Amino acid sequence: MAETGRLSLPATRPLGLPLHPVTALRIAIVVAVVVIWEAVSASGLLYRDVVPSLVAIARALYTTLSDPTFYFHLYTTFYEIGIAMVIGGLSGLAVGILLGGSKFMARAYEAYLYYLGPCPKIIFFPIMIMWFGVGPGSKVAMGAISCFFPVALNVAGGMREIDNVLIRVGRSFRANTWQMVTKIYLPAMRHPVINGVRLGLGVALIGTLLAETKLSNRGIGFLVIQAYSIFNMPQMYALLIILFVIAIGANSLIGRVGGLDQIKHS
Amino acid sequence: MSAAATTLAGSKLAGNKYAPMALGLLSLVVLIALIEGLIRLGVINRFIVPMPSDIIAAFPRVIAEEQVLHRFLLTAGESFAACILVTIFGVGGGVLLYRYHLLRLATETWVAAIAAAPLVLMYPLYLVIFGRSALTIVMMGFSAGLAPIILKTLEGLSGTRRVLINVGKSFNLTPGQQFWKILFPAALPTIFVGLRLGLIFALINIVGVEFLINFGGLGQLINELAERYDLPGTYAAICFVILVSVCVFIIMERLERWLRPVD
Repeated sequence: MAETGRLSLPATRPLGLPLHPVTALRIAIVVAVVVIWEAVSASGLLYRDVVPSLVAIARALYTTLSDPTFYFHLYTTFYEIGIAMVIGGLSGLAVGILLGGSKFMARAYEAYLYYLGPCPKIIFFPIMIMWFGVGPGSKVAMGAISCFFPVALNVAGGMREIDNVLIRVGRSFRANTWQMVTKIYLPAMRHPVINGVRLGLGVALIGTLLAETKLSNRGIGFLVIQAYSIFNMPQMYALLIILFVIAIGANSLIGRVGGLDQIKHS
Repeated sequence: MSAAATTLAGSKLAGNKYAPMALGLLSLVVLIALIEGLIRLGVINRFIVPMPSDIIAAFPRVIAEEQVLHRFLLTAGESFAACILVTIFGVGGGVLLYRYHLLRLATETWVAAIAAAPLVLMYPLYLVIFGRSALTIVMMGFSAGLAPIILKTLEGLSGTRRVLINVGKSFNLTPGQQFWKILFPAALPTIFVGLRLGLIFALINIVGVEFLINFGGLGQLINELAERYDLPGTYAAICFVILVSVCVFIIMERLERWLRPVD
């Protein structure tokens, strides 16, 4: 994903204005979007319910969140993504350390990862169904494949950035491989690792949910495609809002917990 | 052989430019041969994993019978349409945010949030709005690629060296001339980084949505072959899509390097 710096707003607002101009503009944009949305919804220009009223979407959001079966589907999706992150993340970490620790290995194998990484992973789904069945296994596999590449590439890059002094200190203490990984490599490259995990989580979420929309009978992806098939547009919008909140929230939470925000500002 | 001689041989091998590449290729060949052998021995079920020799043999059949060239052109056409749209709206959006500072302050974090959002999950919504057609696929690619290009255009324009802008002012350039002669050329390498990112996102989404909605070019081919349980064909089609993607990425990367100024 593209990265940007964060703009710092002036601490004070101009005298005489009840709101800071930036806040006022934001409110104006939101109000304009709401008014245009409601106008299009009421006009009947588009096919019925393609743009449902915001009240209907809010009602669907409330109904969805108060329905116990929604939490079963949410748990299924979280479970699949969690297992996928563990498998894809740990294997990506191991491969990343291997490639980052040896120039020879990196030159031999990293190009494959580098070019396979951006390929659309969903095309592997038919293979995953054959290997792991139509149940959660194939969704976990999709998430793990998606997560593996960003983690491996970030860890390999992070390994190469480690200060040689730290590595020599570890060796002078006669640290074994496990001690080198846990005491030197991982602490020294925590930021690239966390960044890889953050990117990995984003793509694991996409891989798992897309697989659920393609072939599943549980999970949030299944609920989205079910809402599409019965043309329950307010519910579809409600589910997409929930998904976006979860995805963006998880992304920023990992960045914040891992201290990535401080790097950007320092 | 003594330890010193072994170390010397190892460092010579590591220093050889072609040795790592050869090892990578050799490993790939050994892996393929191993899978072939395990399937022939019955260790791996051939109804789950087809033999690599069958996959290679399926390539000419898939290319001839499944109109791969036509499908490739269809996917390329959708990607090209999405590329034109994201370039126009992405670069335009970036310029707009650069030009109006207040708008930038108000919306840049929103654009960054959209860039991080899993927009591809909106494909059922796009199906409802645009129908099961190429338009859905193009719009999905467009949505996925837009935000990175806006952000990178903005970054490129904002990063223009102050001295270049001052040179333009000293020549009394009009705002239009200042943009076309100074800002845009200076920002072009960064804009192209954004275009590369945006186009990769667009391509991933286009092939993915083709597969998911079973419509269009190469993505649909994989879905169709899988539904027919044509295993060698499915694997061959997946390999073909990977090859196409890798070729596109390599071309984009070369173009980006070509555009980047020498430090």
